[in-house]
Amino acid sequence: MNAGAAPPLALVAELTHRCPLHCVYCSNPLQMSPRDAELPPEIWMRVFREAAALGVLQTDFTGGEPLARPDLAELIRAARDAGLYVSLITSGLPLEEKRLEELVRAGLDHLQLSFQGAREESANEFSGARAHAQKLRVLKWLRGQRIGLTLNFVLHRRNLDQLEEMIALGEASGAGRIEFAHVQYYGWAFANRERLLPTREQLDRSLAVLKEAEARLLGKIRLVHVVPDYYAKYPKACMGGWGRKILLVTPSGDALPCHAAQLLPVMRFENVRDRNLREIWESSEAFRKFRGEEWMPEPCRSCERRAQDFGGCRCQAFLLTGEAAATDPVCSLSPQRPRVDAIVAAANAAPAAACTTTDWLYRPNPPSNSA
Amino acid sequence: MTPEQHRKPRLAPGCRMNDKSQQPRVLLMPEKALRLNGPSLEIVERCDGKHTVQQIIVQLQKLYSKGDPQKVEDDILGYLALLHEQRALDFE
Ligand code: SF4
Ligand code: SF4
Repeated sequence: MNAGAAPPLALVAELTHRCPLHCVYCSNPLQMSPRDAELPPEIWMRVFREAAALGVLQTDFTGGEPLARPDLAELIRAARDAGLYVSLITSGLPLEEKRLEELVRAGLDHLQLSFQGAREESANEFSGARAHAQKLRVLKWLRGQRIGLTLNFVLHRRNLDQLEEMIALGEASGAGRIEFAHVQYYGWAFANRERLLPTREQLDRSLAVLKEAEARLLGKIRLVHVVPDYYAKYPKACMGGWGRKILLVTPSGDALPCHAAQLLPVMRFENVRDRNLREIWESSEAFRKFRGEEWMPEPCRSCERRAQDFGGCRCQAFLLTGEAAATDPVCSLSPQRPRVDAIVAAANAAPAAACTTTDWLYRPNPPSNSA
Repeated sequence: MTPEQHRKPRLAPGCRMNDKSQQPRVLLMPEKALRLNGPSLEIVERCDGKHTVQQIIVQLQKLYSKGDPQKVEDDILGYLALLHEQRALDFE
C-alpha cells in the first residue's frame, strides 16, 4: 500500500517551536527548529491546499505555541478556505480577548486548551511559567464564543492525585470534550521520565475515578483518556499506524509520520518546500519505511493484533532498544519487555508522595537562527 | 437516552458538515469525522435548531416511503442519540 495509500485524516501543522512555556514533558524534539527556518505563510497556504486535495479533512495547528505567530489568523482563514476543519492546540498565551475573537472570526472550528494541572502553584512549576491564571481567563472569554472546546490535562506522577479537581475544572468550563493524556515518554519527557512516571497505585485509582466520571458525564462531555503505555499489556496504535492517519509538518517544513520521528537514525525526511504533499505521503522513503506489515519482525509478523496496533511505536522501540524496527518493548510479547518492567519497578520502589523534587530539566526556547 | 419529539436538535459547537462541493460529505468534529450518506446526511442536514425531532421523522418517512415507518423512526432516534452521546448534538 504505497502509491495510492489511503489519504491521511489529519495534517498536524507545527507552526513554530517558539513557546512561552517550558513544560518538563514537552513532546517537541530536543533539536528544535530555529525561528529563522520557519515556513513563511505562503508555503503553509500551499500546504493546506495540497492537503485538502490529498483528501485530508482536518488540520491541527500546534507547536510550540501557535499564538507566537503573528500571522495565525491569516493561516486559519487560509486553511478554512482550503476546506479544512481547523483546530488550535494552545497553552492560551500570549492571548487577549480581542485576538481570540479575531481567530474565531477567521474560521477557527475548535480550540484545545492545555492545562498542567488544577492547582496554580504546581501547574506553574511543571510549565516553568506563570501560565495557569491566564488559562482561566481564556476559559472565561471562550464562554462568549460558539466554537468547539477541549480541555487537555497532561497527567503524571506529580499531578495525578489532583484528578477530581481537574474533572471539576473541566465540568465548569463548558468544554464539550476533556482529554486526560498521560505523558508519553519521548522528547523532554524521556529526559524527565523518573520524575514523571506514576505508580501502579496512582494509576489504578485514576482509572476508577475516570470510569465513574465518564458514565456520569455521558452526553454532556466526551472524556478521552490516553493511558501511560509503560503500564499497558499491549502498545498503543501509535499515530493510528505509521503513514496511515497523520501527516505532520515541522516549523521548518519537514514532513514526518509522527512528531518524534526525527530521533530515528538514518531516516531522510522530505521537505514541503521541495515536494508536493501527495508525493511525500505516497512515495517518500520515510512514510513507506514502516507502512504496512513488510517491515515487521517477530513476534509482530505473525501476531493477530498487528492490524490493531501496527507493532506499536517506532520511536519508543528505538529509544528503549536502540532498534527502530523492533517490536515496541511495552508489548508483553516483546522479548525486550524486561527493560520496561525495570523502569516500572523503579517507579514503584517509593510512594508517589515521596517525590517532591523541583529539579526538572526544562524545555528551553529554540534558537532564533540556524547559525 | 431517547430524544423527545418536540425538541430541536442542533449541531453542537465545533461540529459542522464539510462544504456541499466536497465529496464524500462528512460531519466534522474535534479529532473525529463521520461519513454521511443517504439517511444520515438527510438527518444531519436537518439538525439546524429549527426542525423538531418529529418533523425530521415525518420528512424522512416521506423520503423513504418504501421503508417501514416505525423502522425509519427507530433508526432516526437511535442515530440522534448516538450523535448526542458523542457530543455532536444539542437539543434545544
Ligand atoms: S513547552 Fe508546553 S506548552 Fe509549549 S509546546 Fe511544549 S508542551 Fe506545549
Ligand atoms: S507482538 Fe507486535 S503486533 Fe502483537 S501485540 Fe505486540 S506489538 Fe502488537
